[in-house]
Amino acid sequence: MKALPGSFDSRAEAALADPSLQKALANFKPLFVAKRAAAVAELPEFERLRDAAAGIKDAVLCELDVWLERYADKVESLGGKVHFAKDAEAAREIIRDICRKAGARTVCKGKSMVSEEIGLNEVLEEDGYRVVETDLGEYIIQLAKEPPSHIIAPAIHKTREQVADLFAQNHPGRPREDSVAGLVNEARHALRERFFQSDVGITGGNFLIAETGTSVIVTNEGNGDLTQTLSRIHVVTSGIERVIPTLDDLSVFLRLLARSATGQDTECYTTLSTGPRRPGDVDGPEEYHVVLVDNGRSKMLAGRFRDMLRCIRCGACMNHCPVYGAVGGHAYGWVYPGPMGSILTPLFNGLAETYDLPNACTLNGRCQSVCPVRIPLTDLIRTMRNEQVKAGLMPASQRRMMAAWGWVARQPGLYRALERLGSRMMRLRAGRRGALSSLPGAGAWTEGRDLPAPAGPTFIDQWKSRGREQ
Amino acid sequence: MSRELVLHEIRRAIAGAAGLRGRSQLPQRPQPPSYGDRRIDRFTERLEAHACSWEAIGGLDELPARVLAWLEQRGLARRMAVAPPLMELPWPEGVHRHAGAAGIDESVAVSLAFAGIAESGSLVMYSGPNSPITHNFVPEFHLVAIRDEDVSDSQEGIWAKVRAHGGMPRALNLIAGPSRTGDVEQTIQLGAHGPRQVHVLLVRAKGVTS
Amino acid sequence: MSQAKRPRVGLLATCLMNVFRPNIGFSAVDLLRAAGCEVAVPDSQTCCGQPAYSAGDDELAGRMARQLIEQFEGYDCLVSPSGSCVGTVRKYPQLLAGDAQWAPRAEALAARSFELLSFLVDVRQVDIQARYPGRATYHDSCSGLRQLGVKRQPRELLSKVDGLELTEMEDAEVCCGFGGSFCVKYPKISEKMVDDKLRSIGASGADTLLGGDLGCLMNMAGRLKRIGSKVRVWHTAEVLAGRTDGAAIGEEESR
Ligand code: SF4
Repeated sequence: MKALPGSFDSRAEAALADPSLQKALANFKPLFVAKRAAAVAELPEFERLRDAAAGIKDAVLCELDVWLERYADKVESLGGKVHFAKDAEAAREIIRDICRKAGARTVCKGKSMVSEEIGLNEVLEEDGYRVVETDLGEYIIQLAKEPPSHIIAPAIHKTREQVADLFAQNHPGRPREDSVAGLVNEARHALRERFFQSDVGITGGNFLIAETGTSVIVTNEGNGDLTQTLSRIHVVTSGIERVIPTLDDLSVFLRLLARSATGQDTECYTTLSTGPRRPGDVDGPEEYHVVLVDNGRSKMLAGRFRDMLRCIRCGACMNHCPVYGAVGGHAYGWVYPGPMGSILTPLFNGLAETYDLPNACTLNGRCQSVCPVRIPLTDLIRTMRNEQVKAGLMPASQRRMMAAWGWVARQPGLYRALERLGSRMMRLRAGRRGALSSLPGAGAWTEGRDLPAPAGPTFIDQWKSRGREQ
Repeated sequence: MSRELVLHEIRRAIAGAAGLRGRSQLPQRPQPPSYGDRRIDRFTERLEAHACSWEAIGGLDELPARVLAWLEQRGLARRMAVAPPLMELPWPEGVHRHAGAAGIDESVAVSLAFAGIAESGSLVMYSGPNSPITHNFVPEFHLVAIRDEDVSDSQEGIWAKVRAHGGMPRALNLIAGPSRTGDVEQTIQLGAHGPRQVHVLLVRAKGVTS
Repeated sequence: MSQAKRPRVGLLATCLMNVFRPNIGFSAVDLLRAAGCEVAVPDSQTCCGQPAYSAGDDELAGRMARQLIEQFEGYDCLVSPSGSCVGTVRKYPQLLAGDAQWAPRAEALAARSFELLSFLVDVRQVDIQARYPGRATYHDSCSGLRQLGVKRQPRELLSKVDGLELTEMEDAEVCCGFGGSFCVKYPKISEKMVDDKLRSIGASGADTLLGGDLGCLMNMAGRLKRIGSKVRVWHTAEVLAGRTDGAAIGEEESR
């Protein structure tokens, strides 16, 4: 997917001024947090599972090549085909080729963040295929021609009324539905036929199991299952970092994923797919392909952001992020929003183009405290700022201010004198009011809040003048 | 070709990070849960938590009558996709059933689960000639028979059973309740794309006839 | 640290406290003395380097860190009435990890650096003799809470204050939108976040807001003042030390 137009600031401001988005966010915010907390409280070993999950991922990443080979060999021994794609373009070409050779017309898709990342829909549509997103959230935003705003709840920014409008426009000949039940039912009917017409079914792959050559998806709707079962060809798109050793390792992640994502103990459907349909089977795809996408991941392996490769795309970090909660996912400008996106997007799309992302964060650490695979998100966001500084990307004005402040802060006498001066000036200006409603140079602060004024001379001055006693 | 290219990049990256290659120790996994003689209670509790209905039956031979009663209560036609092992049960005359893949208008499927998981209240379906995948997802109403001795404490029990059974099928489906979505205003709605209702027929060991 | 020996504490007088709220510093001194500590305020201290560290300027942050280590390593411990400043000191080992000479010194200081309220519970015991008539709610500032585990300690201490009733607000652990330079770089987002916080404060029915980090308190007090709220805002140390005769944060002096 291409980055959204505009700057982070302009998108954030639009988001703050959008009443239906704010309504949707206010509705979503408390829900996921409370549900996760309740689900975690019911599982005493949750913290140990987090340790184990992080440990499994780390161990695999250290020998990623070995595990990938084991996985790929197993898939192929069971009649599947594994394709390696070094970048987004290579991945798109592989999938276009599969569709072309299949003489496909309809391509159904289960939710796949990798397919968003590589911008798959655009090229398949250009090639003339009918591309149908089948996850209800993805379907809604496909109709709205918008990118997802959340990795597990892509249409979280849409209110019921907006969905009703979209359906009314896109499903001619049907009466307008307004209830949630009615809308869900309407989508069920609209998509039913598509599933049965599907030639190629594309799904994501939450986990790839080396032991058995299996790809795993978890969904609540069952759309991923209809997609892969009713299509002639099943294509799994997955990042190269998704491989894990065994089925028993999978259990560790499954116990964490749903609880972290939606606060369920398990999602409705956990599907383990291994190869194409077998002799004697009456259904299932005739071909099974796995497209393993690197697209910059191998570079991350060696660097300061390797921990990010543990990510299982649960969305907990954004569910708990107060900035995400204020502006929603589109402000982040690309497919991965929130804390994980503030690290991934610069790595995928370049540090300069994404300058705001790691900066629009208060480093409050809530994301890091809930990440099921213990990614130190807050530390990595700060590290990303350091990468920006090293790349000379900090704006010149800020750089000058930082340098001047740094110089003064290493001259205690001068620092004291300036503190004294600032304190006196602010006190003079405030009088007895205790706070300033404006202050030259502090407009960004005083625009929305008063500035509490210094209450007397500086502490260190008073301390000294009282002879260190009082 | 592209495989070697990507693997080469990975190997280069790993070699470039000092000490990475040596740190591949897999951690200890926490013990999976076990429920002792509460296993079946836990299973049915979790079934209910996931909005499944269930009833106990004394043996598979009771299944046709129970299925038909369930359908009748809901005013549903006696027409269904049935898992091959259940086709030859004593079904009365006039029950329209087939063992092929579920079609677009399929309303009811009756399946036999490979196993169950007490931990999560999941039904485990092992695809193959005896268990078409479409039966699990296409119909609106899914009735699943499961023998209580096939319920494991945890997923780990299932993996062991799968390994013993000759490995992974094309699809191993872990199903916890009817299909649902929260994609419109985070309001949970059942019956998104798959079944609206999942009814479990728990076959008690003492009455097993098959 | 045994209760018997009188530890020498170096008080890190944070920049904001030093300029805006000296009363917090004097409260900290009172409390530390009541906890049997000898208190010194190294007067060459300036800043822990948090602004540089948060901005990703590790070069400058490292220089600030070395300066502060020199100033404080002679004391038994470093204490500060700010979770985020102590949190920064605790990051020094990581920041200076590549420096064989300084890394051990950073480790040593980080291990002896404490946020005031947790110090008064986890390291020293203190007798609280204060009175504050009011219904207070406590905001858990992020650095203290998540980096240092400050959560139960302030509540434990506040429960000993005469006349004070603590009422928990919803989302007490959610960021108030301050975030250092964040609040001036992204003022609109920050405003939205602080408004959410104010709603929680309002819903709690409290007449007083307490916390452990002045930056956050100034942010919330400034917004409360702007919308004309009468909720009074204090640093917890001020209440614990009984230094609440004067004006609260951002409040007019006449009171
Ligand atoms: S970074 Fe952690 S919390 Fe965020 S999506 Fe990835 S796994 Fe989930």
